[in-house]
Amino acid sequence: MNLSRRQLLYLLPAAAAAWEFVLAGTPEAAPTYHSAEHWWGMLLDVTKCIGCGGCVRACALENDVPDGYFRTWVERYHVDDFHIESPVVDSPGGAKEGFPQSTLTGGKNFFVPKFCNHCVDSPCTQVCPVGATFHTADGVVLVDQNYCVGCRYCIQACPYGCRYFHPTKNVADKCTLCYHRIVKGLTTACCESCPTGARQLADLKDPKDPIHTFLKTHSVQVLKPHLATGAKNFYNGLDGSVR
Amino acid sequence: MEGFMYPNEVELQWSVLIVLYPFLTGLVAGAFILASLERIFRVEALKPTYRLALLTALAFLVVAPMPLQLHLGHPERSLEMYLTPHRSSAMAMFGFVYLWYLMAVLLMEIWLDYRKDIVILSRTATGLKRLFYKALALGSTNTSPTSLYVDDRVGWVITLIGIPSAFMLHGYVGFIFGSVKANPWWGNVLMPIIFIMSAMVSGIALCVFNYMVLSWVRCKKTDMKCLDVMTMFLFYALVVDAAIEGLDWIHRVYSAEEGFQVMQYMAREKLFWTLNLGQATFGTLVPLILLGSLQLIRKRVPELVRRRIYFACSLLILIGVLAMRWNVVIGGQLFSKSLRGVMTYKMEFAGLEGWLMGGLLLALPFITLTIMIRLFLSEKVSALALAGMDADEI
Repeated sequence: MNLSRRQLLYLLPAAAAAWEFVLAGTPEAAPTYHSAEHWWGMLLDVTKCIGCGGCVRACALENDVPDGYFRTWVERYHVDDFHIESPVVDSPGGAKEGFPQSTLTGGKNFFVPKFCNHCVDSPCTQVCPVGATFHTADGVVLVDQNYCVGCRYCIQACPYGCRYFHPTKNVADKCTLCYHRIVKGLTTACCESCPTGARQLADLKDPKDPIHTFLKTHSVQVLKPHLATGAKNFYNGLDGSVR
Repeated sequence: MEGFMYPNEVELQWSVLIVLYPFLTGLVAGAFILASLERIFRVEALKPTYRLALLTALAFLVVAPMPLQLHLGHPERSLEMYLTPHRSSAMAMFGFVYLWYLMAVLLMEIWLDYRKDIVILSRTATGLKRLFYKALALGSTNTSPTSLYVDDRVGWVITLIGIPSAFMLHGYVGFIFGSVKANPWWGNVLMPIIFIMSAMVSGIALCVFNYMVLSWVRCKKTDMKCLDVMTMFLFYALVVDAAIEGLDWIHRVYSAEEGFQVMQYMAREKLFWTLNLGQATFGTLVPLILLGSLQLIRKRVPELVRRRIYFACSLLILIGVLAMRWNVVIGGQLFSKSLRGVMTYKMEFAGLEGWLMGGLLLALPFITLTIMIRLFLSEKVSALALAGMDADEI
């Protein structure tokens, strides 16, 4: 095709307009996000959690979590002075509507938010027979719902009870750490909704992330450390009675 | 629900279908090991049950993956386990162990063992059956003594490979449970050994049961020597099985590690009937006493009484091993991974995971076996094969 300089000048604005349409049809991208530059975890401050259940509601809304199943939940502990290894624990409805007034007296009460620990050596990833559960380069454990066979071995292997079998999709489901949000520079729905800042998304590869200072100055723990799963949910003020 | 369970745990993930799956594979492994006793270790007394044991193993192996397949949320994706297996997954690798055992061991051995009969039947049978046997012969119609000798030798080697394969088949099922460190009821280094031994026990018991039922159906007298030897092996396998399972419990009780309290509660309350009565008392202790006594006073016990005791013991052991699978699979999910609560499981009647489906899946291998016996082991087929052989010799 022979194009004169004049014809080309006529065509350029039309091409630019067409390109706008092409861009409008592509999904929202995260062009500045490079997964290899991040390593996600979360800081959970037990001393700040008030058990309002806002995180559970926000998560359910953001991720369309089916009723009766939980990507995150909050547990309430009542630890008696003489029975420190046998606390009274409850989590009515995953604390989606908060907690009723406790009738227990004496001892101490506290709330523990829970969700997938996005373990480095995650047992759920290890046992998946088809590799539908996988690690992203930025340290998040995800489930490919188009690939999961629904054998539920991962649900059995998770020591923290974080997975469930999706009642309509018939696949394993769990917290994605709001991956669709964090790749766009947003925080997770649960962190955003927490009124006391008890949950803070942390990028361990970002030297400016306040997590580094926090970890240096506080005693933090992970859940069930004896299982060596490489959990990345760091709890501040976690009582030894919590499992 | 009593105590505290994580909110997602209130639903039982693996139910009766997954109970049946290790039960069926265990029967396969046990039946094959019994068959190999005759082939490799030349236990001549077991000859009457050799072919029956092999067919039993095949019938149960063909049905074994069905409960797994039915249980999947997306059964249409199940082939992905073979096409894109995740190598660190015990479940994915089991698929290959299963295939190896089915294709390389059991089918090969049975085909080599039956090849001569198949060739003769492909000449003597009529109609569709003739075509069926012809197809099964796979074009290998040479029945010369040299060719039969080669069949026998190759079959012997396959059986030799088959023994560790049978151990691997069921040991691996144990590993699928034993490697789950999240669950103290399952996560146990002894689990593969326990599964292997219970498989041997249940497989031999099944062969005793099948042999006696088949003899009864055919109105034929059972070979008492064969039964005595089979039940002798059954007794020895049961002793080892009971010793290992007992050791496991002694260790759990004495070390009383984290989670022991909830397990103790499970044994006393939630699994009382299936564990204490089904598995321990009627599935192990009673057969141990009865079979053990017969080892000492066999000659003084009349044949009829012995036969009845053998039949009762085989049935009790089968029920006991099924109860054991129930205790492992269901028991392991009745308590919370927080180790602070337990729940109750009530099985539905109809539905995919109900009594009806369980019963059907349990009956299916027996139906398959009946068809196989009619095709390969019936008296009519044997007579036809014999007639064909005579004609050949003439």
